[in-house]
Amino acid sequence: MSERPARSLLLRVRDVAQLPAIAIALALVFGALLMILSSALLGGFDPTLPLTAYQALAVGAFGSGNALVNTLVNATPLILAGLAVGIGFKGGLFNIGAQGQFLVGALSASTAAIAMNHQPALLAIPVSLLAGMAGGLAWGFIPGFLKGFTGAHEVVTTIMLNFVAIHLVSYVIGGPLRGTGPEVTFGRTDAIVAASLPDIIGRNGHLGLLLAAVAVPLAWWLLFRSTVGFEIRTVGASPDAARYAGMHPRWITILTMSICGLLAGLAGAGEILGEVGYMPASYGTTVGFDAIAVALLGRAHPVGILFAGLLFGAMQAGAGLMQVQAGIPAQMVSVLQAVILFFLAAELIVRRVLRVRTAGTGVSDELQTVSRTYGEQVSR
Amino acid sequence: MDAIFDIPVIGLIIQFVVYVIAQLPVLAPTIMAAATPIALGALCGFMNERSGVVNIGIEGMMLTAAFVAWWTASLAGQLVPDLSLGIMGIKLPLLIGLAAAILAAMAVSAVHAWLSISVRADQIISGTIINIFAVGITGYLNLLVSPHSPPSAGQFQALRLPQFVVDIPVLGFLLKSFIGVGPIALIMLISVIVLQVLLFRSRWGLRTRAVGEHPKAAETVGIDVIRLRYRNVILGGIFAGLGGAYLIIEFGSAFQGEMTAGRGFIALAALIFGRWTPIGALGAAILFTASIGLERSIRFAAPEGPLGQFLTSIPLQFYSALPYLITIIVLAGVVGRSMAPASVGRPYERESKAA
Repeated sequence: MSERPARSLLLRVRDVAQLPAIAIALALVFGALLMILSSALLGGFDPTLPLTAYQALAVGAFGSGNALVNTLVNATPLILAGLAVGIGFKGGLFNIGAQGQFLVGALSASTAAIAMNHQPALLAIPVSLLAGMAGGLAWGFIPGFLKGFTGAHEVVTTIMLNFVAIHLVSYVIGGPLRGTGPEVTFGRTDAIVAASLPDIIGRNGHLGLLLAAVAVPLAWWLLFRSTVGFEIRTVGASPDAARYAGMHPRWITILTMSICGLLAGLAGAGEILGEVGYMPASYGTTVGFDAIAVALLGRAHPVGILFAGLLFGAMQAGAGLMQVQAGIPAQMVSVLQAVILFFLAAELIVRRVLRVRTAGTGVSDELQTVSRTYGEQVSR
Repeated sequence: MDAIFDIPVIGLIIQFVVYVIAQLPVLAPTIMAAATPIALGALCGFMNERSGVVNIGIEGMMLTAAFVAWWTASLAGQLVPDLSLGIMGIKLPLLIGLAAAILAAMAVSAVHAWLSISVRADQIISGTIINIFAVGITGYLNLLVSPHSPPSAGQFQALRLPQFVVDIPVLGFLLKSFIGVGPIALIMLISVIVLQVLLFRSRWGLRTRAVGEHPKAAETVGIDVIRLRYRNVILGGIFAGLGGAYLIIEFGSAFQGEMTAGRGFIALAALIFGRWTPIGALGAAILFTASIGLERSIRFAAPEGPLGQFLTSIPLQFYSALPYLITIIVLAGVVGRSMAPASVGRPYERESKAA
């Protein structure tokens, strides 16, 4: 009797992790073929190149204490923003706007941080983080509100808001908030001093790591143990059923998007306060888009997102060493991400070809309600 | 004139119109040049979404096409003779680059079609995959090949209209703006008109609309939904290919990572703003790029007086963000209300019933 729960847990892990693992393995094979092929095209045919490259990737991600910390640092925003996309999935929403919410969160956090540069850190840090969450929340609220009350589909509105965010940041940081210090040689703010997150482990493992560590169990609790989470999932599964049960899908949609925005905004705040140390006017990050991949690979489940974020964080951390040691451009990481997603999306085919028989809890099943509503934006 | 200008508010608007008209000859070529790839991207989206397939991967398709155009045209410039047609700078290496770009975008579209139609995977995920993959693979290959890259193969030239045509008042200006452009832009203009007519006046258009609106009904009257969707999505790739190639061999830039810079997404916005019609999308593309053109002209030649003060007091970034804001507003209100009765309202309805 006592063995049973353990075994069933193992089986559950196998069920859930099997397809993502297959997708990752197939993507690595694809990447290896691409490396060999491109080396052949460039005249230096080298069949062992993938081994060198993947080894460097692994060493760069896990090979030392610093490498591990680097992996965590890279994974943190991916996990937070991944939750921002994943909770949306659970609520029947496709949040492509994590990028914009991330940027606005970073913007408002840095605004608060600059304003509080001469205050004690104990005050400046929480206020700046809160400001980041508030900024992201606002940027998530807008598409939620538009979806709830006008039916404008969140896929389009969040894409548009991503671009509005870019221009908003460019205006605020290039104009009113542009730094005056001697280190400001391009469009950016002054250095953030008081609100800068202190390092807790290693050379650059900042306090922000804890944010992700706290957010994952919180998100799990919210989704699976709280009333709100139940309502979010019900609306995600069927807005009509939710309405019939006396819930208010409109407000739940708005709430869901706001929570998503809050998490993505927190990711942006953590990056600015912990990693970058100032806010640039053109912030070239792709965290918000990578987060979509993280949420899909993690099957929109907080624990899955944790592992997916760690995996992608590790790949980003190791990409530098791979480029130096094997001459493989760091963009290979994006290729791998896309191919992993490809095999996940083509789940049916993968199952058929590899004769995978485990029960399907594919994220695509959950998502179908999301994209099927895409055409309904004009029917309300 | 000054008396009119002094009327509060209305005077300001009139001044603005006068300013825009005065700036138009300077702005028109840049607006057209910037609108062309966006309109082409929107045509790609049009082919997809009218037949019921969501495509947010236009950006990735264009980026892939741009890279392929750049690389093959440069290579062809080294390998094949410079056979020239003697008009608009059309020559063999450029045509090879153009053809390769179109084929590449069609190949990407075929993957999108396969995932969306046969696998019945989530279409938005499919588009996301295409975007991420395109950034990765073009960046990867670009870093690998750029050290060995041959010189650019040159670019297409704009059509030169005879002087007496250009000298006709108004009409001459319009002809010069719309016809006095390069070959890809001309193809875009012709495609817009042809597709607009075909959509509403041909069997193909009727079937496409039926498949996009109500595939089940289309199926019952004997239309092969799957085949038509495949065909339209893959053909749509042609336009993404033209759009990507345009950036290289007509606009004349060298390839850079992520050089499409969001044009595929503005194209999506233009398609929505243009109510899923080719002419509407072209109009939206021109309007959107005009907003960005206005930013430039205000920065370099702001009008004098109160109008100038007003225009320069608005942050320049506002003009860049305007297309996106307009799209959100339109999506939330105007389109939503006026689309529904026209039955054009559900272009994304997809129910792959036919297996």
